[in-house]
Amino acid sequence: MAQKKLSIVSFSGDFDRVIAVFTLATGAAATGYEVNLFFTFWGLNAIKLKQGRTALGKGFLARFFNLLLGGFRKLPLSRLNFFGASPKLMTHMMKKNKVATLAELVEAAKQLKVNFYACEMAMVILGIGKSDLIPEVKEVLGVSKFLENSEGGQVLFI
Amino acid sequence: MSVTKLDITAEHCPMTFVKTKLALEKLASGDRLEVLISPGEPLENVPKAAKEQGYLVLAIEPVDGAIHHRVVIEKP
Repeated sequence: MAQKKLSIVSFSGDFDRVIAVFTLATGAAATGYEVNLFFTFWGLNAIKLKQGRTALGKGFLARFFNLLLGGFRKLPLSRLNFFGASPKLMTHMMKKNKVATLAELVEAAKQLKVNFYACEMAMVILGIGKSDLIPEVKEVLGVSKFLENSEGGQVLFI
Repeated sequence: MSVTKLDITAEHCPMTFVKTKLALEKLASGDRLEVLISPGEPLENVPKAAKEQGYLVLAIEPVDGAIHHRVVIEKP
């Protein structure tokens, strides 16, 4: 039997949605699935090497956008963000209730050898290069390669 | 043959699966993992997932007055 496969397009850079991405990714990888994560647009914020706010890219607009967007530590909650206080409170609640935090889920995904891919087109727009992303990113690719990688499995858009 | 112990009774989804899988990956052929599992979803699905990935589930037995279960998994 061919290995089961789950491919997720991680489009949103929202803290809660990124949690959903990594919960599904780690759960699937731990139960024997091949997992492909395809980060695009705001989703790229979760896999930037610099986790704070950095003016990445060339040109004023790209640098301005990247500075405002920030990285992994700056992901906003999709609702009730309260200027960034809520993700911290949420992480506190997750720890208190012994639920894995986002950072723990990402670490688990790396250990479980989940495949990280980044969208070439979104990276061009935002002026981000492969060296601006975490080293676990296997490849920078586009739609056709994503379709090829995800063929025969389940696909989710988050 | 070595036996590794793992307690996932305080864990929630998906870490129940994640911790078990990462522990199973460290086993050599013939090694065993003894996992302490809470009833309900983890007990139903953690042994099933191990079996699906080709591991041998040798025993599922209640412990602590049947609150938790000890599941013995071997890497073939």
